Amino acid sequence: MSTVNTQHAAPTGLWRARLRLASQSLRESWQLFARTRIGIIGLTIIGLYALLALAHPILMNTVWEPRTYDPVVGYAFDETQQPAPPSLKHLLGTDPLGRDILSQLMFSARSEFLLGLLAATVTVVIGTAVGAIAAYFGGWVDTLLMRLADIMIMMPAISVLIVLSALIGVEHFELALIIGILSGFGATGVVLKSQALSVVVKPYIDAARAAGGGHFHIILIHIVPNLLPLSFLYMMFTVTSAIFSEAVLSFLGLLDVRMSWGLMIHTTESAGYLLQVTDFWWLIFPASLSITLLCSAFYLVGRSLDEVVNPRLRSR
Amino acid sequence: MNGSSGISNPPSRTLISAVNLSKLYPVSEGWFRRDRSFIHAVDGVSFDLARGETLGLVGESGCGKTTTGRMLVRLTEPTDGQVLFNNESGDLEDIAHLKGAPLKNFRRRAQMVFQDPYESMNPRRTIFDTVAEPLHVQKIGDHSERFERVSETLSMVGLTPPSSFLFRFPHELSGGQRQRAAIARALVMNPSFVVADEPTSMLDISIRTGIMQLMGELADQLGISYLYITHDLAVARYMCSRIAVMYLGKIVEMGETEEVLRNPVHPYTKALLSAVPVPDPGADREPVTIKGSVSVPVDPLPRCRFYDRCPIADDFCRDNDHPPLEDKGAGRLAACHKA
Repeated sequence: MSTVNTQHAAPTGLWRARLRLASQSLRESWQLFARTRIGIIGLTIIGLYALLALAHPILMNTVWEPRTYDPVVGYAFDETQQPAPPSLKHLLGTDPLGRDILSQLMFSARSEFLLGLLAATVTVVIGTAVGAIAAYFGGWVDTLLMRLADIMIMMPAISVLIVLSALIGVEHFELALIIGILSGFGATGVVLKSQALSVVVKPYIDAARAAGGGHFHIILIHIVPNLLPLSFLYMMFTVTSAIFSEAVLSFLGLLDVRMSWGLMIHTTESAGYLLQVTDFWWLIFPASLSITLLCSAFYLVGRSLDEVVNPRLRSR
Repeated sequence: MNGSSGISNPPSRTLISAVNLSKLYPVSEGWFRRDRSFIHAVDGVSFDLARGETLGLVGESGCGKTTTGRMLVRLTEPTDGQVLFNNESGDLEDIAHLKGAPLKNFRRRAQMVFQDPYESMNPRRTIFDTVAEPLHVQKIGDHSERFERVSETLSMVGLTPPSSFLFRFPHELSGGQRQRAAIARALVMNPSFVVADEPTSMLDISIRTGIMQLMGELADQLGISYLYITHDLAVARYMCSRIAVMYLGKIVEMGETEEVLRNPVHPYTKALLSAVPVPDPGADREPVTIKGSVSVPVDPLPRCRFYDRCPIADDFCRDNDHPPLEDKGAGRLAACHKA
């Protein structure tokens, strides 16, 4: 009776069940997440910056005249003196080179997001693979990967990046890869391995082996899905460190990028306005505040996700 | 690799036999250490299992019964000895060190049911995914055939109608239902041999009988042989035609269940039996007490394993090697110098 049209019931029923689990766990996680106020604050800040990033190309095509408002080669001909303080036409003023600061801020937001997400994705893909493989195989594979992790953790990221950017031209893409590799093979890999260790001893791994499942099957079907919540959490922390590293490097003028928040501070510094905060606040605050806010926003979301993923941390 | 040992069953009836099976675990791994110690988890265990027979493996925790079971389905590779499996062509094949495709092929015919139904299923996979996993990794059938087969197996283990279980997740099922699903996973490929590692010990008393009845019926229906691992003598009595009692990696007594339980030969079996509570406060029974507690068999001395705790041991037991499993009459095997 129940097996009348199994041919069609099988795949659809299966997908419906999987969707149900996904939506159910998403809903439960969201409820836990929403209960932690810091997560909501972080998410709001991220949302605001995402809006800024999305709005920039629209503004450039409609209201803002590219000759004046281009974040890199624009010049505010309407101002007599550069840097000009905030006005109606330039809400955050202009920089020492006569470029609109709000436009720079919004333009950079997009590349900060792209950088952060790419670095986080690379980290998580590598970290999950390293963690699952080290925990599953153990033995010399584990030893090799963990000693490599030690090296990655010991490596001072910023100094390495300084050397690398001196040797090869580092842009956002390369930066994201480097951060992703350092963190994925390093700390994130170690944390995910410790989580994977608690998965590989479960009887369902034995059951899969007894069924004849190969290494690939077990890692991909049984271990990785159980690591994903933690992986996702570490994505958030990587975004923070990526944005921060980018700011440091471009402040030092070591990044080969057209515009970024760090570069905005760099321009201010090289024009000699860095220490005159009270007189030229609009040169420093927008960029540095953005770095701080976006970094902490991702960190807050991460902290809040931590409570969702780690039941022990939940405060009731 | 011809299996030559004291096989008591004629080869055609024997499904699987362990021959001098041992598993040693190094105590401390050191690259440069020479004097390595080993835990003798299982030490020279031999027995045969006939087609359709249920052999109980009884003993306290840490005696090596689970390791023995795992070696028979090759979840653990034996350090020494052979596992002879009667394959389709009727030859005895040593599966102790199989690899690759032959091992995968063997896995179709030998399965395991695990102790903890709460941990033996991936919480992120549906019951269908879990039960169909063996079919999936062995590439048996296409999707609709697998679906058909999983449904059949689920109704066979009493999860009816299957449609209301297929797309559930383990956490939505009760312990008994989960264990039924775990049995379905083990049976979906129609194996001839199943190791059941205390499948009822984590369940409520009220549903244990149901699971045991189910396993008994399935064995009769499908002609499955079980190696039934348990520490509960009542369960062993219910499930098994023969039992083997293990102590510190050795089988100390083996025989027909009723015989062994009614008239134990080995002092350890006697002690085990006297530890079973009798539901009659007036019952008169001679208590057998043994000293100390179960130890860890790290590089055991060449003497009877039970010497330290045995109430009847003497100097002979101390000075001589662990006694072999000998016929003590009426098909009963026991390993004791004194009995």
